[in-house]
Amino acid sequence: MCLSVPAKVISIDREMAEVSVGGAIFKAGLHMVSNVSPGDYILLHAGFAIQKISDEEAVETLNLLNELKSYENE
Amino acid sequence: MKYIEEYRNRDLILKLSDHIKKSVIRDYSFMEVCGGHTSAIHRFGIPSLLPPEINLISGPGCPVCVTATDFIDKAIEYSRMKNVTIVTFGDLLRVPGSESSLEKEKIRGADIRIVFSGLEALKIAMSEQEKKVVFLGIGFETTAPGTAVTVRTAKEEGLKNFLLLSAHKVMPPVMETIASEEIKIDGFLCPGHVAAITGSGIFNFLPLKYRLGCVISGFEPTDILQSILILVRQINARSPATEIQYSRVVTTNGNLTAQDQMNKVFEHCDANWRGFGTIPGSGLRLKSEYEDFDVEKRIPVEPKLFHDNLSCICGDILRGLRKPENCSMFRKKCTPENPVGACMVSDEGACNTYFKYHAE
Ligand code: SF4
Repeated sequence: MCLSVPAKVISIDREMAEVSVGGAIFKAGLHMVSNVSPGDYILLHAGFAIQKISDEEAVETLNLLNELKSYENE
Repeated sequence: MKYIEEYRNRDLILKLSDHIKKSVIRDYSFMEVCGGHTSAIHRFGIPSLLPPEINLISGPGCPVCVTATDFIDKAIEYSRMKNVTIVTFGDLLRVPGSESSLEKEKIRGADIRIVFSGLEALKIAMSEQEKKVVFLGIGFETTAPGTAVTVRTAKEEGLKNFLLLSAHKVMPPVMETIASEEIKIDGFLCPGHVAAITGSGIFNFLPLKYRLGCVISGFEPTDILQSILILVRQINARSPATEIQYSRVVTTNGNLTAQDQMNKVFEHCDANWRGFGTIPGSGLRLKSEYEDFDVEKRIPVEPKLFHDNLSCICGDILRGLRKPENCSMFRKKCTPENPVGACMVSDEGACNTYFKYHAE
């Protein structure tokens, strides 16, 4: 029950959004997140968007891991 | 899928595994608090990527698992009342109570329905006003804000037949209980989705007071391995701290709107945890402004004597003292089809996870 998954916002109608998790469509309450637009990714948990996913931070984490990789290869 | 596949990259996984193997200089025990982490760790075969010096222990972060028998018994009592509909997340159905389960009551004709969200419970209450709709609220700081929004909406809509039975809990007190108990751990993989709401600060007391490492981790394989690497480095350097690995979702301050929703509706109370007993201040109950929605206030049930199945060692597993294989019923009398204890029911439960991902 406690699963939270990244979901892409498809459309927004006031406080509710339709979101896609790998093509499957769910409803997500937007009561706890602001500035969300279609195309953004949110974390879906028990019918609510609990946080917007930060793309910069996502890229940053991967960059860090890739640096780790090249450092090993030296 | 975005934000998933990138973090399952095989090369990165192997490289991280290598880095961890080269970094170990002693034995380490880390507890993954969250049941979602337990499930991911075994699903992705993380233990096979770690050196033998690293021991991962599952903790108390599966909401279904820590829900105590008396809560299930209360829910069953409500389900037996006339004109009451129980609305719940699916996992709770199969958790054994003292002498029945919600699943058995449903088969006997009780009106018990499964939803994914509190808002669906609200819809049922709106469309069936002749019924009292009791929503079973379980979950930690990740889930409680959703219940708070649901209760506030019920109030705004003037709904009189929506009621909450709350077993919502918060994480820090149980982590403090573990930190001060006999079990020897060096650090925590902290629950990423709890921290998405609360921010990272709630864990600061662990490094400060107990000298334990704390890394708030994501749920993909590279997330978990990177977090373990950070923990190893913290311990090696003898500098435990709270660090955020899961930065695409977790910030220092967390989700302030969600915290605000939670604080408006709930206040802290003592709560009963499977395996731990009562932990002061670890539960969430409705504030007095919302007590019309509190089913225990509106329709008090006599708490009758409850009993747990004494041969189930879920309690010790949740406290990190034993592993599923140590239970004599594991795989024999107790399976996901026929769970004897709560840890075998939920996908995030340690017994369920070990059953699924470890060969006999
Ligand atoms: S295997 Fe079953 S009976 Fe044993 S501890 Fe786990 S849930 Fe309880």
